[in-house]
Amino acid sequence: MIKIENIKKSFGDEEILKGITTTFEKGKTNLIIGQSGSGKTVMLKCLIGLFQPEEGRIYYEDKAIQDMNDDEQRTLREEIGMLFQGGALFDSMNIEDNVMFPLRMFSSQKKSEMLTRVNEVLKRVNLENVNKKFPAEISGGMQKRVSIARAIVNNPKYLFCDEPNSGLDPRTATVIDNLIQEITHEYNITTIVVTHDMNSVMEIGENIVLLKNGLLVWQGTKEDIFKTDNEDVTKFVYSSDLFKKIRDIQISEQ
Amino acid sequence: MKYIEDIGSYFMMLGKVFSSPTKTSVLKELIFKEINDLIIGSLGIVAFISFFVGGVIAIQTALNMDNPLIPDYLVGFATRQSVILEFAPTFMSIIMAGKVGSFITSSIGSMRVTEQIDALEVMGINSLNYLVFPKIVALLFYPFVIAISMFLGILGGWVAGVYGGFTSSASFVQGLQEEFIPFHIVYAFLKTMIFAFILATVPSWQGYYMKGGALEVGKASTNSFVWTSVLIILSNYIVTQLLLSS
Repeated sequence: MIKIENIKKSFGDEEILKGITTTFEKGKTNLIIGQSGSGKTVMLKCLIGLFQPEEGRIYYEDKAIQDMNDDEQRTLREEIGMLFQGGALFDSMNIEDNVMFPLRMFSSQKKSEMLTRVNEVLKRVNLENVNKKFPAEISGGMQKRVSIARAIVNNPKYLFCDEPNSGLDPRTATVIDNLIQEITHEYNITTIVVTHDMNSVMEIGENIVLLKNGLLVWQGTKEDIFKTDNEDVTKFVYSSDLFKKIRDIQISEQ
Repeated sequence: MKYIEDIGSYFMMLGKVFSSPTKTSVLKELIFKEINDLIIGSLGIVAFISFFVGGVIAIQTALNMDNPLIPDYLVGFATRQSVILEFAPTFMSIIMAGKVGSFITSSIGSMRVTEQIDALEVMGINSLNYLVFPKIVALLFYPFVIAISMFLGILGGWVAGVYGGFTSSASFVQGLQEEFIPFHIVYAFLKTMIFAFILATVPSWQGYYMKGGALEVGKASTNSFVWTSVLIILSNYIVTQLLLSS
């Protein structure tokens, strides 16, 4: 479980996060949604420690990140898996070395044991026989899957995904979404996904947080999202042509 | 104000480079990789340039000696002095600022653009130690490159001087031995070590703190060459003033 209390973050005079308080639950896929510029990625980067919020506290389980010493923060980071928007695979390493990287850095396992674990997670993300290929030699969807494999290879407690579907075709995007949800349940981890993709919201949104102009304006589940009369939610959902057409068909059928 | 901030961020980067070290077994591999990329990979161009520039120094010296009172061995003497004191350590370092410096900036800059540095940080790895420290260690071998440059520069001078008919082999060798001051070698390698540190850290700093996309990686590489060259020239002046002007 991750809890945030009143976090604020500015860049120069521009206030990006204006005091957000919420909880992300364990064993669920928690989604941060909102339009471009709403503060989603900044919030994610605050959560993983790449940005320091000016105000507020971020709790991992019961301990605030601000109260942790350097060693505790390092240990915490070893428990975090991250799927970046572009995959962020290391170009100079092949797929096997990319996935093995966290193990090499933090575990004292023998190379054969590490290799077994690497093959296990690659199989889990439905990738086999790509071990010796380089990131540039595989497709975007495969790169995302390798990135997921790297994120989970060290058995993390927390998984963060920054727009995991960007640049993918709808079918591959659904595969990635489902994979993220399956892994969340299988490993019982706290997963936070930043997205503006309504398909992802409908596929895996077990706890959805909607941001607008740096403020949390709505929180609920994928089931709640069509029931609410919150204006911001309605605007966000029906900004998609597909959902607008579905709504029009439903109205005309009634 | 911007320059003061830049200087501050450079020294803060140096502080972080030497803290929270990467796992030794991984670091060892990274150091060998950097030695291969930065040192071994530069030997070809260093050998080529040194040999021919050494030759040009010998020819130019010979062609500009029209006074019969000037001894013939001056060709060897001038080649030795030029190559050991300035060409090999300083001007070869400026050439390396273009080759090695641009490589370092663009490789780290590309990692920044594609979030690979963020990935390292999220994993709890000190990315500056992981990326920059192995380069500093690899460039401890830079004096060997400069030693090769000195040797090939003088060899080039000998070949051009003797086979070009400008001087005899005996005169050239006499010139090499004439008024030889061993401290000049110490001076040359001392400043080479300073240049090596500049070559490893300034381009890394430019790449690490760059912002933007592919275009900015190119701009950072250009800035890296300019700053590295300026710092090499400035430190060369200071070291020369301190060590030789007494």
